[in-house]
Amino acid sequence: MDHQPFFAALQRIYPKERLLTKGVQLLAYESDALTSFQTKPSAVVIPESQDEVIETVRLCHQFGVPYVARGSGTSLSGGSLPIENGIVIALNRLNRIKKLDPEQRIAVVEPGVVNLQISQAADRYNLYYAPDPSSQSVCTIGGNVAFNSGGAHCLKYGMTSNHILGLKVVLADGEVVEFGSESLEGVGVGPDLIGLFVGSEGLFGVALEITVRLLPKPELYRTVLAAYNDLETAGNAVAMVVASGLLPGAMEIMDRLSIKAAESAVDAGYPENAAALLIVELEGESEQVETEFEEIMDVIKESGSYEIRVAKDAEQRLRIWKGRKGAFSSVGRLSPDYVVQDGVVPRSHLGKALAEIDRLSQEYGLDVANVFHAGDGNLHPLILFNGREEGALEHAEELAGKILKMCVELGGSITGEHGVGMEKRNYMPAMFSEVDLETMKTIRRQVDPKEISNPGKMFPGGEAPALKMTGMHPLEAKGIISRE
Amino acid sequence: MQHRIDIKKYGPRGEAMAEAIQSCVHCGFCLAACPTYKVLGEEMDSPRGRIYLMKEVLEENLTVEEAQPYLDRCLGCIGCMPACPSGVRYDELIVSYRAFSEPKRKRSLMDNMARRMIAETLPYPNRFRAAVASGKVGKLFKGAMPEKLGAMMGLVPADLPEDKPLPPIYPAKGRRRARVALLSGCVQTVLNPDINWATVRVLSENGVETVIPQEQGCCGSIMMHIGEEERAKKLARQNLQVFVPDEVDAIITNAAGCGSGMKEYGLLFKGLSEEAEAEKFAEKVQDISVFLDSLGLKPPAELREPLTVVYQDACHLLHAQGIRSAPRNLLSSIPGLTLLELGDDGLCCGSAGTYNIEQPEIAHQLGQRKVQHVLNTGAQAVVSGNIGCLTQIQSHLANRGVSLPLYHTIELLDWAYRRKAQT
Repeated sequence: MDHQPFFAALQRIYPKERLLTKGVQLLAYESDALTSFQTKPSAVVIPESQDEVIETVRLCHQFGVPYVARGSGTSLSGGSLPIENGIVIALNRLNRIKKLDPEQRIAVVEPGVVNLQISQAADRYNLYYAPDPSSQSVCTIGGNVAFNSGGAHCLKYGMTSNHILGLKVVLADGEVVEFGSESLEGVGVGPDLIGLFVGSEGLFGVALEITVRLLPKPELYRTVLAAYNDLETAGNAVAMVVASGLLPGAMEIMDRLSIKAAESAVDAGYPENAAALLIVELEGESEQVETEFEEIMDVIKESGSYEIRVAKDAEQRLRIWKGRKGAFSSVGRLSPDYVVQDGVVPRSHLGKALAEIDRLSQEYGLDVANVFHAGDGNLHPLILFNGREEGALEHAEELAGKILKMCVELGGSITGEHGVGMEKRNYMPAMFSEVDLETMKTIRRQVDPKEISNPGKMFPGGEAPALKMTGMHPLEAKGIISRE
Repeated sequence: MQHRIDIKKYGPRGEAMAEAIQSCVHCGFCLAACPTYKVLGEEMDSPRGRIYLMKEVLEENLTVEEAQPYLDRCLGCIGCMPACPSGVRYDELIVSYRAFSEPKRKRSLMDNMARRMIAETLPYPNRFRAAVASGKVGKLFKGAMPEKLGAMMGLVPADLPEDKPLPPIYPAKGRRRARVALLSGCVQTVLNPDINWATVRVLSENGVETVIPQEQGCCGSIMMHIGEEERAKKLARQNLQVFVPDEVDAIITNAAGCGSGMKEYGLLFKGLSEEAEAEKFAEKVQDISVFLDSLGLKPPAELREPLTVVYQDACHLLHAQGIRSAPRNLLSSIPGLTLLELGDDGLCCGSAGTYNIEQPEIAHQLGQRKVQHVLNTGAQAVVSGNIGCLTQIQSHLANRGVSLPLYHTIELLDWAYRRKAQT
């Protein structure tokens, strides 16, 4: 493709320090947090205004150049991986909190705002933004919207989609639209377009402005650590808590390997020698939390835990969470390489799923560290391998595939919160029929006829069609689909 | 992260570099802790981005020259390390990489001149003092000089305090509780000799005898920091000869950068005959605040007037050496002193060794940011454990037309003890 006129047009929008084209600059953007994929983009643009983003997307549409919008590049599924012969729209400087209304309990933010910064800004009104991905100190809200990110506390409060009230978006064809409103009930009429956009992995366009719901900060936290001699008992403890009717803010499990990794990174104060650790956190109004605390302690005492610890103060609580939230990365201390999976199983099958992962781990001769959102059945097996060994990555990925298929067979899903991205696109057919997938693509093409918005992600089948071919789509040629 | 570095090519430090790169998982947790990423918001100017670029250079996919602008912009503040869950030894990586890349890069004549001037001047108190004298003249011609020299001259104070050499031994008062050796340093002794005097007096008050080897010189940390490895070794060797670790309980420094640099002597001499000796030396190195805090401080007297101060963490204390509570404990033990926190997550002030000379623009932005945080606290004075931070903050306060007193932690303790002596 001749990019010359396209680049000439970009140069009219961006001064040279915000249009990166040198090899060294592009290399720095070739991977996100999933480094087994690398693609060097043709350019990286760094817009400072919404208008610049809109103009860029319109140019991409006009010239048929694919793009990916990127925040902090923390995707674990390769969702922000650049596209070959495409550009990266780096939204880090679109990082203004445009409005923070404590009475309506909302904030209007740009996509480059870091998740935690919303809570920091809302703190003086005693409010916060609830979804808390482990990377919340760095990940941006634009990425959270694209991937419908979750986090430890989404058990009680729901994922990102439950907290987005309005969106201003530039669609892939350059049209600027607004969904929802500042009103909490604004999404009640018509189709749930916010629901469609959140989690669409950048396939429809770029969010320019996001209206989020803020919640009052919990008055009180009670954070309990319970140690178990085996993973299955810990998994069953989760089922017992759920059966008791209590709804904690978060319920997490870490296994021996992940405890070891986290403990070496942070002095988190986890009980030593535990085969499994359950973290349960109650939060909310003081009176209610105190009552529930007694109830939950009774449940945990009966669950077969051999040691129970309760965080004494805010600092201990933060240390417990620092260990948990840094757990993926700290596994880097145990193994040079790992694959993180994100499968979901129904909570009642947790124990069974963990036993099966253990069996597969032995079958493949690979260590698997487990650290996961137990409360919503969202597993995060980390498969450790040494990439310097021939075929090791493929071997690890094969094991990952088996785990994902097991999740689907148990009635779960291939992803809970990391998204499909590059990594899991070939597993989509395990969950969806060809008709399902084709329906999704049809909807996508209504918005992005040239398939330039983050192509190659989510759908199985190698490179994005827009990159490889010109003229009609194969299905179009067969008369199965048509475009206006 | 996977790499294809041919470790053998890079000598004894190849392993340290490859290991650091391998342990990075590219998760991005370091981004929020990096001052240059805060200012520039670009991947190349983040710790993760720099690790990636170093990997590419060591794999020979990228030339030293191509990657250099981004690696030069790293402050070496090590703020990324406490933020890193994977435990990447970024300190060892960047120092080793700079030592590797420095001889391979092309510098302009002016650049070389300025760099040589720094290398030949800063570590030597007499030369530095003389340069400052000529610097006064230089200030008049500041506009006509190359940018870096201009920046250097801008930092030099108008008047230097008088030279006050330390004795070979400063005795302990009362029963001797410990015996230490003091690194008297280079730049600091010229800019503020009182810090060393305050140090020996406070040690003495606490029953500590201080040995000050008279043949000692600069510790070489600044040279390590900028990749002048051979110069660093030469300076360090001198100190290995004149300090006798076995005869003292600790080798004390009151400058953050010197402490973290000397703790890396083992890495500096890795694979060389001095390695064991250097390791032994490094193990004895302690910052004055840590030494006093663990020794147990004799209670200081109440200040004449109540004083509210804000403590600024030097990167090479907080991030590089993990020293957070010791200086705070010491300051809090002074009756009448109220200690405030900056609340800026310990983001570097932009001083960073010679950084404010090499990268004046970013250093300026970080300096302004720091000073804003200082002013927001409403403190009456600023306290830090490092001369570089104090100089940087002072010059940025002056830019804003504000005059606040600045003290080294040890100076406030010294005050309190001297006040006690008077009562």
